[in-house]
Amino acid sequence: MNHAVATNPFMEEVVKCTVHGDRLHSCLQCGSCGGSCPNGPDMEYSPRAIFALIAAGERDKVLRSNTQWVCVSCYSCTVRCPKEIPITDIMYTLKRKAVAAGTARDGDAVALARKFNQYIQKYGRSFEFGLASRYYMTRRPGSLLGQAPFGLKMLRSGRLHLKPKKIKNLTQLRAIIDKAHEIGGEL
Amino acid sequence: MKFAYYPGCSMDSTSVAYDESVNAVCEELGITLTEIEDWNCCGATETTALNQVAAHALVARNLALVPAEADQVVAPCSACFLNLKKTNKLLAEEAGLKGKVDEALAAGDLSLEPGRLTIRHLVDVIHDDIGQEKLVEKCGKPLAGLRIAPYTGCQLVRPYNEDDDGEQPKKLGTVLGWLGATIVDFPLRAACCGGHMNMISEAQSNELIRRLLHNATQWEADVIACLCPMCQLNLDAYQGRVNSAFGTSFKIPVLFFTQLIGYAFGLDNAKLGINREIVPAAAVLAEKVTGEWPKKAKRKKRDPKALPMPGQA
Repeated sequence: MNHAVATNPFMEEVVKCTVHGDRLHSCLQCGSCGGSCPNGPDMEYSPRAIFALIAAGERDKVLRSNTQWVCVSCYSCTVRCPKEIPITDIMYTLKRKAVAAGTARDGDAVALARKFNQYIQKYGRSFEFGLASRYYMTRRPGSLLGQAPFGLKMLRSGRLHLKPKKIKNLTQLRAIIDKAHEIGGEL
Repeated sequence: MKFAYYPGCSMDSTSVAYDESVNAVCEELGITLTEIEDWNCCGATETTALNQVAAHALVARNLALVPAEADQVVAPCSACFLNLKKTNKLLAEEAGLKGKVDEALAAGDLSLEPGRLTIRHLVDVIHDDIGQEKLVEKCGKPLAGLRIAPYTGCQLVRPYNEDDDGEQPKKLGTVLGWLGATIVDFPLRAACCGGHMNMISEAQSNELIRRLLHNATQWEADVIACLCPMCQLNLDAYQGRVNSAFGTSFKIPVLFFTQLIGYAFGLDNAKLGINREIVPAAAVLAEKVTGEWPKKAKRKKRDPKALPMPGQA
């Protein structure tokens, strides 16, 4: 980098935890990211605004925002960014930071991620029936009955299994995951 | 043609039709897919949201289990493809990340040489390795008369795939076009279906799905072709939810591209999992597909009095 970059401890934290995160220093504030985002209008701050807040050291505002939780990981912003900033991966970093700081905004997204990872730990595979029923039971109990015919249709066409599939060597997988947790999960 | 195969969790549940049609079509085309022994979930978008090292380690375990004689891994799911490709690439580029993932893998007595394997999606194999000639040779029932919206979606072509365009991917439409189908423009062909948003925010998920169904309908597509279990699930299974949320009346069948290829090969619907979809496709296929090769449109003679085209004397 041959020019001075305004930075702060929060920005460096985000940069350090993201592969190729140092490119964040070169953000032009052009707004291609927000304009490319299919969910942009639902974000409190567009990715561009989030990067301005990061540059201003506004840790709390950033980690409390809904922006990272609205990201659907479609990488549209990432491929369009003229500075090749790994924007989607920065959103993942902000998710992890928000969870660690206890400021994660979207209960559903965090709950899904937790449950999803519990299934991997338990079975080695995803378990869609468990995930979907968790969502409707805990978050949309009112619509549970309405979902029944749909669920039945999926069951009848052989597209839902009531029992999860398990891998054989769970001991090995769990040892790997446990070790990753021991290491801490960040770069 | 032999490949190591990473099916992914959806293949034996919500996308059993994909699994059935992949097997049927690969058998016809002489593609041998050998499942990676005891593979585990790739972590989708959920693991990296909580633990980055665990996310790469999950994928690394799968790659480490690929037998030494295989050098290419095929994934039929875009999300799995992206995760496999990402770990394979980033571990080769980032020593710090590799060190941590190696440490996690070592706890399970595994090791990985990142970058050794080439990660591919099935559509690339069929487009690049099989090619038009072989597909046409197998095609007993051309798809002429059928208008297909080729829905490639996001994670196959962004951000690590050098093989197709990240904005307007071509391969899916090209393959189905070889089989006689009419491929409609469908500008949202690389837009996102929302993925797991269907279990996070109904409102956002519905809106993303609505746009795709609307766009395919605007282009008068008879069916939407998918190459990812998540896309097919969202567009097919949640079509009713979208209709009730927006008061729309979309009724467009959503099939996997392998189901359409198999159909053009003249294979039985049952063998291809056609009828497992929520919005039924069989009647539409029976009605639209002529089974004949499309007639080549005769070139109109130029009106000698017409204005000259650019480049004409």
